[in-house]
Amino acid sequence: MPEPITYLEAIKQGMWEEMERDESVFILGEDVGVYGGAFRVTEGMLERFGEMRVIDTPISESLIVGAASGAALMGMKPIAEMQFIDFISCAFDQITNFAATCFYRCGEPLPIVIRGPAGGGTHGGPFHSKNVESIFFNTPGLKIVQPATVYDAKGLMKSAIRDPNPVIYLEHKLLYRRIKDTIPEDDFTVPIGEARIARGGRDISVITYGAMVWSALEAAEKLSKEDGIELEVVDLRSILPYDKDMILDSVKRTNRAIILHEATLTGGPGGEFASFIAENGFDYLDAPVVRVAAPDTPVPYSPPLENFFLPNAERLIKAVRKLAEY
Amino acid sequence: MGAKKAKTTQKGEVSVYALNPRLKKAFEATLEPPKGKKTYEISPTKEQKIEILRYMKLTRSIEDRIEQKLYRQGKIVGGVYVGRGQEAISVCTAMHMKKGDVASPTHRDMGIFLVRGVPPRRVIAQYMGRRNGLARGRDGNLHMGYMNIGLISPISHLGFNAPVISGVTLAMKQKGLKNVGFCMNGEGATSRGDWHEGINFCSIHKLPAIFIINNNQFSYSTPTSLSYNAEKLSDRAVGYGIPGETIDGNDVYQMFDSVGRAVKRARDGKGPTIIECITFRMTGHSAHDDAGYVPGKHFEDWKKKDPIERWVKTLKAEKLITDAILKKMDSEINEEIIAAADWGEAQALPEPEECLEDVYYNQESKWFALKEEIKEETDARANNLSRSD
Ligand SMILES: Cc1ncc(C[n+]2csc(CCOP(=O)(O)OP(=O)(O)O)c2C)c(N)n1
Ligand SMILES: [Mg+2]
Repeated sequence: MPEPITYLEAIKQGMWEEMERDESVFILGEDVGVYGGAFRVTEGMLERFGEMRVIDTPISESLIVGAASGAALMGMKPIAEMQFIDFISCAFDQITNFAATCFYRCGEPLPIVIRGPAGGGTHGGPFHSKNVESIFFNTPGLKIVQPATVYDAKGLMKSAIRDPNPVIYLEHKLLYRRIKDTIPEDDFTVPIGEARIARGGRDISVITYGAMVWSALEAAEKLSKEDGIELEVVDLRSILPYDKDMILDSVKRTNRAIILHEATLTGGPGGEFASFIAENGFDYLDAPVVRVAAPDTPVPYSPPLENFFLPNAERLIKAVRKLAEY
Repeated sequence: MGAKKAKTTQKGEVSVYALNPRLKKAFEATLEPPKGKKTYEISPTKEQKIEILRYMKLTRSIEDRIEQKLYRQGKIVGGVYVGRGQEAISVCTAMHMKKGDVASPTHRDMGIFLVRGVPPRRVIAQYMGRRNGLARGRDGNLHMGYMNIGLISPISHLGFNAPVISGVTLAMKQKGLKNVGFCMNGEGATSRGDWHEGINFCSIHKLPAIFIINNNQFSYSTPTSLSYNAEKLSDRAVGYGIPGETIDGNDVYQMFDSVGRAVKRARDGKGPTIIECITFRMTGHSAHDDAGYVPGKHFEDWKKKDPIERWVKTLKAEKLITDAILKKMDSEINEEIIAAADWGEAQALPEPEECLEDVYYNQESKWFALKEEIKEETDARANNLSRSD
């Protein structure tokens, strides 16, 4: 039986194994070499793969992504690390205009992965806590994933690297060392675009992803015990494209849906999921679709403010109880 | 704010020279060909000299056709930007490209596409938004590419290509290839942060990249004095610890030599070079722009430096061409362009539903069949060239 590993270790294993099996895979980013990355996700890789495949860059996010694209056009499969995902904004043009449109515009595949730590809960303040999926969600041609589990962290990383399209791989930094699991030793992948049922339940579908999956599971246990309400937790895993079939299938069974995400409410992916359900699952619904998300503010720094900002099990429970009465 | 007060001429026009005295210097320095018999480290062969002429003429002709005929007839989809007066830059650069080399051209670099073997008829189909254009109607004008001949399809966002060429040349180094990458920009685009990020990275890693700036003295209506404050853009090379030079971009010998030396350095693993090519955009920014902000005298002055006319003079002096050869060349080009325009126009527009295809990579994509077709065409054209590959 293999030892349990962390979410962080799973991400690293995913990259490591792909680098072992495919010489065209390489990493570039800030402090990824000798230092092993701000969160140590690439620790030991420089020693193993050498400086042509683990490349420390200057503080130049646009360069990091643009160079990844250029290398991909030459047949490489680059993994671009953003030290914190917040800094991806500096590469916005390269991602949305060059990389995401590449196959559509000129028929060249663009297999790049852009990855980095996202999310709040570590008192990182407005610039080290963001959830950037909303910003890129409106970009055709991009894929966006965020694993919630150790298994998915590894399996999605492998799929992202092998995918011929640009993929933004969001790592929830709160999960890096907080969750551990044993995973198979074989070469498994998790397909992009497929959700999973994290917990089956007959009463209300909670559609979520990332660290919020754990909040939803926590809420589900409590609601099951205290209210006899059984939540079904749908872990999307892929935010773009998202698994429409599984969402609809779940809502068909539960007839009620809550969308939960850590990204801020207005313009967040939840709006899209809710519209999708309303347009395609109206007949199955017994109640309006509800969104639980962070309020429309920057991510604040001080603990009371940040705790107020972040959605959690408690807030979800409140929303569930209200919806159950509808 | 202390904006410089522009001196106005009698007609009330703003003088570019008044705004930017260093351009006057650049202009004067490049008006006369170097005195005496200047020798260059790298010169085109006799065959290449004729090819350079042919491709500069082909470039001018196809752009004239597009801008002055097809566009006015309403046959072109969207805007038209041409590189009239700048042909030496794109053609001489592309003449140095070998198989496996990559260029990221600008909207003034038609010559690169043609030299690399893109057939004029495909260019016309592209400008007309046809499904057989290089972009299948998904984008227009020079926004087309084909990695098989080393051409990156540009996006509008100027400066994007410096990071992209950094990655292209990084991959060349990782793979141990002896190839080079060309990052083409206007002087205006060099104000983008991306240009800095790319060139800085290439310098650090001694990547085989060549940063070619066509300094045509304007970015849209903005004169260089409002774009940067350096004497020469090549002076920026010092800040990156690499060589840089400013040359007459309308002089084929200088262009060919300068790019050739930079290519050699790059292939030898000595890293990037900046080449600033002084030139002038002999048109408005685009076909809808009358360039009223450029004093008339400026166009007249620069007409004397037309790269094609100068090259014709040189080749005549070298007894490499005669009027008869020129006449034949012109009529061949003219015929090809007319046939290209007809072919382009005869191509089908895309089916509306094709809008939805290829957002993501797709193995059954129509791209692959089109690329096969274009590969045959570009291979055939490349085989007729005495260019390096
Ligand atoms: C980032 C960006 N901003 C604005 C534009 C609009 N634009 C298109 S061409 C142009 C002028 C470009 O000047 P320069 O780089 O000198 O190239 P030139 O057109 O003179 O060859 C501008 C402002 C653009 N394409 N990209
Ligand atoms: Mg310019």
